[in-house]
Amino acid sequence: MEVQEQLKHQQLLQLLANGTRADGRGKLDYRPIQLVRNPLQNAEGSALCTIGKTQVICGVKIDLATPFPDRPSEGVLSTGAEFTPLGSHLFEPGPPKVEAIELARVTDRSIRSANMIDLPGLAIPGSAKVKAVYVDLWIADHDGNLFDAATLAAVAALADCRMPKVEADKVIRGEYEGKLPVGALPVSCTFGTVGRSHLLDPTLDEEKGLDGRFVLATTPDYVCAAQKTGWMGYTQKDIMEFVDISFKKGAELRSLIRKD
Amino acid sequence: MSGSANHPPLLREDGKRMDGRGFEDLRPVSIEARVLNDADGSALVVWGKNKILCGVFGPRECIPRHDESPYRAVLRCRYNMAPFCSLEEHGRSGPARRSQELSKVITECFENVVISESYPKSAIDVYIDVLQSDGGTRCASATAVSVALADAGIPMKDLVSAVAVGKVDGHLALDLSKEEDNFGESDNPIAIASRNNEILLYQMDGQLSRDEIDQAMSMAKIGAQKVHQLQADALRRVYERTDEGRRVPLELQPGEVRSH
Repeated sequence: MEVQEQLKHQQLLQLLANGTRADGRGKLDYRPIQLVRNPLQNAEGSALCTIGKTQVICGVKIDLATPFPDRPSEGVLSTGAEFTPLGSHLFEPGPPKVEAIELARVTDRSIRSANMIDLPGLAIPGSAKVKAVYVDLWIADHDGNLFDAATLAAVAALADCRMPKVEADKVIRGEYEGKLPVGALPVSCTFGTVGRSHLLDPTLDEEKGLDGRFVLATTPDYVCAAQKTGWMGYTQKDIMEFVDISFKKGAELRSLIRKD
Repeated sequence: MSGSANHPPLLREDGKRMDGRGFEDLRPVSIEARVLNDADGSALVVWGKNKILCGVFGPRECIPRHDESPYRAVLRCRYNMAPFCSLEEHGRSGPARRSQELSKVITECFENVVISESYPKSAIDVYIDVLQSDGGTRCASATAVSVALADAGIPMKDLVSAVAVGKVDGHLALDLSKEEDNFGESDNPIAIASRNNEILLYQMDGQLSRDEIDQAMSMAKIGAQKVHQLQADALRRVYERTDEGRRVPLELQPGEVRSH
């Protein structure tokens, strides 16, 4: 694998020296993005996000649960990511690998820190139970930049999520009372670094040759999550550049998600 | 004709089924082949409210090695339910006993259909994800597997089509809905090879008389022929599309599509 990574790295550098990328994009261009709202009906919320050939489905279920002991008056948010083996020849059946766990945790942090979900508001007055929001990311096709696709899919699914009717500590399935209230919408921008160049929205092929990767999630006003991956070190200047670009690109991505 | 005290009504006043179907009618079924990028073959089956995604990889190296055969490719089907697939509570991850049994019978359904002797020491991996469940997922899954295997170019003796026959308030009925399966008197998921009418999957629960069993199989054959036509049409459409665009986007019956 290491030989392949070196070759991809050299190829990336050569292309960038000519000011281009393998698919002809500029450094800060996204591939075409498509967001499908509510493709599933049994889930309380759902979305399908396509970025180039990457396809991520998100399904949201809402149940009643026992709150965490240290937060007895708050609802529960739980995020999972399944690298389903039909999504890539690189994925195998079995318990989630570290990449899937990282993806789920970074997406979870973006949603949680943005205060997109009002967790105290998910408590049920007079009940020991609280509402629990389960966000599951289903990687149906992996062609790189899973972080941005997963965040878009999750945020779009939550923004359209219906609130199931709850009576006497039981969920009445198939009946809904309004929508899940949502706050600021986080979106993430993923920068792949090769040499001294930073590329937005790296493909899987580009990811193989990267020195490092930086994921930044923003709301309209704040940075709300970040994750540096890979061995490369970044300067303060690099990171501030990512922050500035993320706010600008983030606004474009956010415009795809409708909040109503 | 109305339901007994312990279950909801399954037939209407006019003698039709609750969704308006006659006893020999299928739910609306749509099949699309080649919906994934990385899988060698793929299919999406939308059958009533069921949404089944299937991806095939192979023939490829068999890992672990002790699974391989010097005589044929091993076929491994994995049936898996997404945690958001049901209207009921959030599903827990990991293969349940039911999923393991269905994986086994679906694999066995295709073991003598795929011409596996041509690919000794290799594996053909078939992954089935139930994105939305609505009764009859195993039949919809077997139907999807057949299309995905054919899409992958894997030589097969036949296409396999599956449909359930059950008994609803005393009447044999084709393609049980979730309610009819839960509260009916019998359920018989049946998969049939279209050319020679061999029955390759047969499960049964509930109680049927000798004559009803006979009639159920005859009804399944008629239903399977209709499904077969849809499968053949889906595969034909792949080759009617142009070379660069043989894959179609994963349309899960969207609400609204937004693109960037």
